[in-house]
Amino acid sequence: MADLNILEAIRLGMDEELERDPTVMVLGEDVGKKGGVFGATDGLFAKYGEKRVLDTPLTEGMIAGAAMGAALYGLRPIAEMQFADFVYPAFNQIVSEISRVRYRSNGTFGLPMVIRMPYGGGVHGALYHSQSNEAYFTSTVGLKVVAPGTPADAKGLLKASVRDPDPVMFFEHKKTYRLFKAEVPDGDHVVPIGQAEVARPGKDLSIFCYGYMRFCALEAAETLAREDGVEAEVVDLRTLRPLDTAAVLGSVEKTGKALVVHEANRFGGFGAEVAALIAQEGFEHLDGPVMRLAGPEVPAVPFHHVLEEWFMIDPAKIVAAARELAAY
Amino acid sequence: MATTERKPRHAELGLTHDDLLAMYRHMLLARGVDERMWLMQRAGKIAFIISGQGHEGAQVATTYPLRPGQDWLAPYYRSIAQTMTFGMTAEDIITAHLAKGDDVSSGGRQMPGHYGAARYNIVSLSSPVATQVLHAVGIAMGAWVKGDDLVALTSFGEGSANQGEVHEAMNFAGVHRLPVIFVCENNGYAISVPLEKQVAGKSVAARAAGYGFPGVTVDGGDVLACYAAAKDAHERARRGEGPTLIEARVVRMTSHSSDDDQRRYRDPAEVEALKEHDPIGIFAGQLREMGVLTDESEEQLRGEIKAEVNEASRRAEARPDPDPATAHLHVYAEEG
Repeated sequence: MADLNILEAIRLGMDEELERDPTVMVLGEDVGKKGGVFGATDGLFAKYGEKRVLDTPLTEGMIAGAAMGAALYGLRPIAEMQFADFVYPAFNQIVSEISRVRYRSNGTFGLPMVIRMPYGGGVHGALYHSQSNEAYFTSTVGLKVVAPGTPADAKGLLKASVRDPDPVMFFEHKKTYRLFKAEVPDGDHVVPIGQAEVARPGKDLSIFCYGYMRFCALEAAETLAREDGVEAEVVDLRTLRPLDTAAVLGSVEKTGKALVVHEANRFGGFGAEVAALIAQEGFEHLDGPVMRLAGPEVPAVPFHHVLEEWFMIDPAKIVAAARELAAY
Repeated sequence: MATTERKPRHAELGLTHDDLLAMYRHMLLARGVDERMWLMQRAGKIAFIISGQGHEGAQVATTYPLRPGQDWLAPYYRSIAQTMTFGMTAEDIITAHLAKGDDVSSGGRQMPGHYGAARYNIVSLSSPVATQVLHAVGIAMGAWVKGDDLVALTSFGEGSANQGEVHEAMNFAGVHRLPVIFVCENNGYAISVPLEKQVAGKSVAARAAGYGFPGVTVDGGDVLACYAAAKDAHERARRGEGPTLIEARVVRMTSHSSDDDQRRYRDPAEVEALKEHDPIGIFAGQLREMGVLTDESEEQLRGEIKAEVNEASRRAEARPDPDPATAHLHVYAEEG
């Protein structure tokens, strides 16, 4: 066991997969000598060389499209979007091409590839370095979408994503990169895609979250226990698509109350899917309305720190929402 | 004094008479399939057709240097002759247009004209134009990473050439000297919009200079010129010298598709004159001059083509329709 932060865990995951499988390669802007703008690929260029850790021009469409071509040819590319906010030039490749090649070829082509995307606010990144745009991808059939919230999951899900036969959008919350260190199992630690985890058991209400929200929800749960005597169950979804519906419904069956939390705005957000699942299939277990706590309905995170603080979901906001729910 | 006799043009290119006849046969067969599918469309058997008539010379000649089973092709929606030169059969093409359940391109899931087949190294094609250009570059990048001897050829129209992805693809391929051949089939129209309203500078090939690799313009009616350009490009790519952009000036002999009527935007005289630029007629004339093709052999060949098209369409029509019970499959690998 080693204590790592999420950034180190992601780097180690890529390093081990590059070492294990010669068909794995990394490509993106500044991933080479610089080691990535966040340092996620630091040291990999020196270890594996230019062909396997490849700096690209500033062309996100090309990064996604060329990764698809390489995957068609039998490689397992890990493409990096420098920020999730910059993925839109690649949207055509991801949605029109990558998500549906298997389907449109009647299963004769498949794309084992990963697109890593640093997302989320709280890092003074303003409108174009803070977005949580996972809903565009969770609503796209043919993609898998993961969003780890711990170093062990970051490494384990990355390795699972690299080995997966289908394209995986890998969301890394920037604020979690160096937020904390935690134990990461040694060796070939793989976390299966499609499995949620109960991060903290509880009996009174369920908080569904992913990414940075796991950290916030756990802190909120401690406050609720200490100050209110409310035992919140924190369920880290980890994979958004395919959603672990059994884990979601199982927790609601246990607690009878559901709060879905994400940083992206509420309207049409991923939480709507979770809420609808619970409303339709967990109805008989519910003792209160399915609630959502989400980012405000503004285009993205505004810059000044007081504006950013207004935007961000934090433990206090989760506590407030959970108290409202617990009152039912 | 002895005079050195210059070898015929095809021989200088390393082509035998059999090669010339094989190329001509590919062109005729593609045309025969194309014309048959228009009839089937008019008869209500095929929903839609987007034709390659007038492009066959450039398509066959630029594809002929490729090595099926080793090289890769990322074609576009007019690539009937090209995909057939690279392995797809007349029956494959007609089956795809009929959207039958065992169509090799998509099992009846895609519209007609969306070629692709893993078994032939032909990338599955979508409808947004020019996306495939990046896929060819990615395949070439994959070969470069693995150290494999491979050339990826991608084709697209001059309308598609204006998409940003083409710039991104050519720039990246140029930076790493990737083994790609970009073939722009310039037929002068993006559906209805003529070249001068689409392409500033009026040349796609000229853009290659900005990417640091050669761009050549060839007459798409001159099969041997197209072949020579592609052969050079293939050899350059294999030598590690990087990409080539070939702009083949072709004619679009039909409307854009079966849903279009080009009389609304093309001068009748221009449409009438298209037949003079038909690459099949031009190539046949050259083969006759060379004595490679005679009235008898032409008649025999056309008879064979007709029989092959008849048989292909008969067999394709007899194939089963897709089963709706399978329509949910192949979204993800684990689901089948």
